[in-house]
Amino acid sequence: MVRGITPFLWTLFGAGGMVSALLFPIHILLIGLVFPLGWVDAPDYDFLHGLAIHPITRLYLLALISFPLFHWAHRFRYTVYDVFQMTGGRQLIAFLCYGAALVGTVITIHTLLTIG
Amino acid sequence: MAETIELTVARYRPEEETEPTFQSYEVPYREDWVVLDALNYVKDQLDGSLSYRWSCRMGVCGSCGMMVNGTPKLTCAVPLSDYVSKPIRIEPLQFFPILRDLIVDIGGFLGKLSSVKPWIIRDNDQSPHEGEYSQTPAELDVYKQFSMCINCMLCYSACPVVGLEPEFTGPAAIALAQRYNLDSRDQGAAERLAILDEHEGMWGCTFVGECTKVCPKNVDPAGAIQLYKRASATEWFKSVLLPWGSR
Amino acid sequence: MSEVEQRLAGGAGPYHRPISLWWWLGNRAYLKFIIRELTSVFVGIFAVLSLWQVTALSEGPEAYAAFVDRLATPGFVFLNGAVLLFVLYHTITWLNLVPTIVVVRLGGRRVPDGIIAAAHYGLWVVLSAAVAGILLVR
Repeated sequence: MVRGITPFLWTLFGAGGMVSALLFPIHILLIGLVFPLGWVDAPDYDFLHGLAIHPITRLYLLALISFPLFHWAHRFRYTVYDVFQMTGGRQLIAFLCYGAALVGTVITIHTLLTIG
Repeated sequence: MAETIELTVARYRPEEETEPTFQSYEVPYREDWVVLDALNYVKDQLDGSLSYRWSCRMGVCGSCGMMVNGTPKLTCAVPLSDYVSKPIRIEPLQFFPILRDLIVDIGGFLGKLSSVKPWIIRDNDQSPHEGEYSQTPAELDVYKQFSMCINCMLCYSACPVVGLEPEFTGPAAIALAQRYNLDSRDQGAAERLAILDEHEGMWGCTFVGECTKVCPKNVDPAGAIQLYKRASATEWFKSVLLPWGSR
Repeated sequence: MSEVEQRLAGGAGPYHRPISLWWWLGNRAYLKFIIRELTSVFVGIFAVLSLWQVTALSEGPEAYAAFVDRLATPGFVFLNGAVLLFVLYHTITWLNLVPTIVVVRLGGRRVPDGIIAAAHYGLWVVLSAAVAGILLVR
């Protein structure tokens, strides 16, 4: 089943790789280091919330979270095969990885729909 | 200046032993020698029983591929001067079964090459009276790089997937398929895609990139495979979004 | 059968070298490859962190304040530092490989890889500046 949609999953992997490559470093830098360490004042809740409810921002956040999740799923799945030299149990690993990404995507969509 | 250099060479004589062993030879160190010259010295002067493949000694036949200090190389292209003070370890190409000494079984590789239908496929052959198939320099440029492969198998020895999954079609064979897919005279891309759009085909590749690094002819098989994945994904989206479209 | 043929016929046959369980540790190129692939774990971690952030944002000011406080703890600062390092490694290895996929032909020749890569690095800088601009200049 998974093999028939491999080209599609690979495209998601590519999209996630590009999104995370281009956007994650600045997000991590600001959200993970600059703001918590107080190098610059963090934006307040009202500003961020107002930004997040805009439909464009919601789409941006969906892309920011969902594509990288599928990037992880695809890459991690093959790495597990290679590092543990798996011949059996591959379908289960694939199901767990893409399943987790799908669950994350569904939660993200739900949260973004109710953020208003 | 060193007078001699030591070679540590893998031996395997199936009629005498069940596992490979190593044997050391002291050969003259000559600045203009390559590793193949040293092996030929061993065979001519020290041990005529040493078995290995070689032919053109100038990097075009693809026969003399071996592991030199753990890296797949054409022994006719590796100068002794790269290794002056240490012993040089020479082993048969990795990830292939060993027949004898430095000679590996290439039957599987040859089968993979023919499995991708490496010839011009036409829906309708032109008769000779209609003249030749024309091709512009720009059209040639699209696939020329992938046509430079000399079947030396260094890329197979560099690719961990070849080692982990013996059914994997492999870099050279998939690059060869692309050589024909991208040839403007060919009409067989759909046929080859059906063969290689599988895990044993292009999807087994995880873009390690070592195949391209070791290729002596700059074929860039890794690039060929990633472009093939892109082509397959494009076909997938076309078939899903435009199911009525003909190819 | 001659003596040689007899010996060969009774021989051990082709020898298959086993692949070590640690095949990826013994070779520098393979190790760098596995590290590159494992950056995906850190990409996944930050995706989950971002989801946590968006969830906190949707639950109100108190929930978001709790999220911000958690992120300021030493444990999370250290984690995010590691995440940043591995994601930067992902970015650099990814952008360096983009020219393999993005092949542009102009005038019958392929545009050099360096130009494609440089364009994507430029895009990275522009997008990062845009995000920083939005979050820092309010």
